[in-house]
Amino acid sequence: MIKNKVSVIVGGEAGAGITRSGFLFAKTCQRGGLHVFGANDYQSLIRGGHNFYIARADAEKIYSQRDTIDLLLALNKETILLHKEKLVPGGGIIYDGEDIDVSAEELSRDDLKLYSVPLRSFVKKLNEELIMRNTVTLGAAVALLDYDLKILNDVIEDTFKPKVAESNIKAAKMGYDYALEHYAGDFKYKLEKTGSAGKRNIFLTGNEAVGLGAIRAGCKFYVAYPMTPATSLLHFMAPLDRDYDMIVIQSESEIAAINMAAGASFAGVRAMTATSGGGFCLMSEGLGMTGMTETPVVIMLAQRPGPSTGLPTYSGQGDLRFAIHASQGEFPRVVIAPGDVEECFYKTMEAFNLAEKFQIPVILITDKYLGESHGEAEPFDQNKIGIDRGLLLTDDEYTSEEEYKRHRFTEDGISPRAMPGMRGAIVRTNADEHNEMGYTAEDPELATKMADKRFKKLDVLVKHLENYETTNLYGPEEADATIVAWGSTKGPIREAMKLLSEEGVNINYLQIVFITPFPVAEVKRILESAKKTMVVENNKTSQLSSLIREHLLMTVDHQILKYDGRPFDPGDLSKRIKEVL
Amino acid sequence: MVTLADLKTPKDNTWCPRCGNFGILMAFKKALVQLNLPRDQVVLVSGIGCHGKIVNYVNINGFHGIHGRVLPLSTGIKLANPNLTVVGFAGDADQYDEGWGHFTHAIRRNIDINLIVHNNMVLGLTTGQATSTSQKDFKTKSTPFGVIPPMLNPVAHALVSNGTFVARGFSGDVLHLTKLIVEAINHRGFAFLDVFQPCVTFNYLNTYDWFKERVYKLEEEGHDHTDRQKALEKSFEWGKRIPIGIFYKEEGPTYRDNLPHVKGKPLTKLPIQDVDVTSTLESMM
Repeated sequence: MIKNKVSVIVGGEAGAGITRSGFLFAKTCQRGGLHVFGANDYQSLIRGGHNFYIARADAEKIYSQRDTIDLLLALNKETILLHKEKLVPGGGIIYDGEDIDVSAEELSRDDLKLYSVPLRSFVKKLNEELIMRNTVTLGAAVALLDYDLKILNDVIEDTFKPKVAESNIKAAKMGYDYALEHYAGDFKYKLEKTGSAGKRNIFLTGNEAVGLGAIRAGCKFYVAYPMTPATSLLHFMAPLDRDYDMIVIQSESEIAAINMAAGASFAGVRAMTATSGGGFCLMSEGLGMTGMTETPVVIMLAQRPGPSTGLPTYSGQGDLRFAIHASQGEFPRVVIAPGDVEECFYKTMEAFNLAEKFQIPVILITDKYLGESHGEAEPFDQNKIGIDRGLLLTDDEYTSEEEYKRHRFTEDGISPRAMPGMRGAIVRTNADEHNEMGYTAEDPELATKMADKRFKKLDVLVKHLENYETTNLYGPEEADATIVAWGSTKGPIREAMKLLSEEGVNINYLQIVFITPFPVAEVKRILESAKKTMVVENNKTSQLSSLIREHLLMTVDHQILKYDGRPFDPGDLSKRIKEVL
Repeated sequence: MVTLADLKTPKDNTWCPRCGNFGILMAFKKALVQLNLPRDQVVLVSGIGCHGKIVNYVNINGFHGIHGRVLPLSTGIKLANPNLTVVGFAGDADQYDEGWGHFTHAIRRNIDINLIVHNNMVLGLTTGQATSTSQKDFKTKSTPFGVIPPMLNPVAHALVSNGTFVARGFSGDVLHLTKLIVEAINHRGFAFLDVFQPCVTFNYLNTYDWFKERVYKLEEEGHDHTDRQKALEKSFEWGKRIPIGIFYKEEGPTYRDNLPHVKGKPLTKLPIQDVDVTSTLESMM
């Protein structure tokens, strides 16, 4: 018997409620006191195709999916054929035997447990839509795992409106009873409530964590044009506008989005937009305008594999250089790469502070895997990061004897920022090169002085960031090899480290959280003493390796790259790490 | 009291002598004086082109943005702080070419902003190429054999986009234009004002005289500006006689009127030090 350690895939056609079911399963495990992780995989279509959700639960803290699965909830035959190789020996498949005919030949394995449940018949009996099959399956899974149906029912009640919840609970019960009657005690994986059961931790996507961070940071203006995988942030923010006094608006394009955000920010509001690579291309000119006009703005760039439309619903890290360099000309910016849901929350709060304090654009670079996977965390500490609006003048009236100048030359390059509407201040800015007053100016001396002013802020910023966690080191200080990585690879890397430490491999991992400005000193300190270095990255050209070379004149020993749109699996990753050790 | 002298800036004007932009600049300043709007409560937004330099010539708040993006920039400012009067200035290439994608959307949202388009039917600052309002067969450096497609009709487009204030002026008639700008700013909702302004350097065809021979005032011929169908008919009038004045005007709810939770509230005045997200966090447990 294997207790409180299970990995499950729910699979079926698009439109069959796959993500929702997987999420409900994971949440049901979490409420029982287990640690959970959930990742979805879907294609760019609305009906048909193949979608799946991996839900993993464990008594120990976990960081990602793993390579194998123990139980497959198959809503169609394709799910069985596509995932059967991933099942462990003795793994189970819940499916509708009245609907799906799987021959031994097709299955080509005789070490699996087949648990047929008449899903369609049950749904018909309940007079419900076919989509309800997934809930019957969840009920059956709870029975197979010898788990508590009440927890699933509670989760259903918390998720759906009362009437919908009621019919889902009925459907779950039918699956549960059937599985109990026919297969009780047959499956070797069991789940059991632990001492930490109840509503303790949160379970949310990276995008939701970014949204929460933005709201907590006082973002009052969120504008976006839908683009996977950033869209779910818009979906998160839109229904909350009334609760938090925000304006959430869907613009006609990403060009409009960045310009609206700039306008709102110029007016004096914390403003944000989000997109993926294609939309970020459209935002590039506006991004430069925010740099030139010293208008704070926070942009989330949720990556998917390119070039062009690429793999629109999958994940990648190919836009790092793009985020660092986007738009013509030179201006200071910050690029932050959170690696898990906690960092999505806290780094978003920091992003707003940095944007306003230094009057610059801040880019949060994430990806589909981080943005749409569900991760578990302790409820965020809302007071860990304070609100720092820098030199924003919030009085109603400007009373200084000196005339207000939006781009006043100061020692550190940061000019007091008045909001238009402040009595006695004329606030003028300009995407053309300008003088302190914001009037267009083409004088060579002034042009130099203004560029210097903008870049003085960078010096102060670099100093300021000494108080920030710009990198994280996991594992022992002294190790046989050091992994360097950024962003969403964090989860699989930490899981791979667990596997490697079980085998006695002594390895550590440097996560670079702030990409721009590059944390030169910290990265140098770790890499100079590293015995062997390797970059783990979801792109083709290892952009991080080139950044390390650029900033440290150091060559990383190995690159472990994956660019098929899918995240690293920890088992596979640990094998590849061992190969280069 | 706001005076013309208050609105003066230290910047030398670099428009060509007799440029049509001068009429718009003067009419705008006069309108501000007539409306007695405090300089610090008005935001001027401009795009790229000769028109964009207007940011240097009126001493009020200003944001000189990038090419074609006057409307989203103005939209962001007004949504954030509805107490501000936001007046966007764009050129014909700026708005009707590069920024065309925002035109319909800003109009149909009925955000309470103003758009004044300096329509000289040619690209000036890039030294003379065709725009989408250049007349068919008009010869420029980029169209040496004449413009091929028919000209775009911004007034008609504004009308079919449910515009709540659609007007056209002529910079050769500053008095009339001033009245139109005052009406536009007083209009609660999106006010669109297309302004004929002759480019004396690059438009050999649509000159002051050309316009003077053709323009007539809608209000002088009994046009009913509450009738959208009639307005649409008028918007297609082009040739020997070209109408200016208010084509259509109606009061209707603005975008922000539909956001009851922030109605009338400037977002800029909301406290942000202690936004409590506990309830949302709890919903994720």
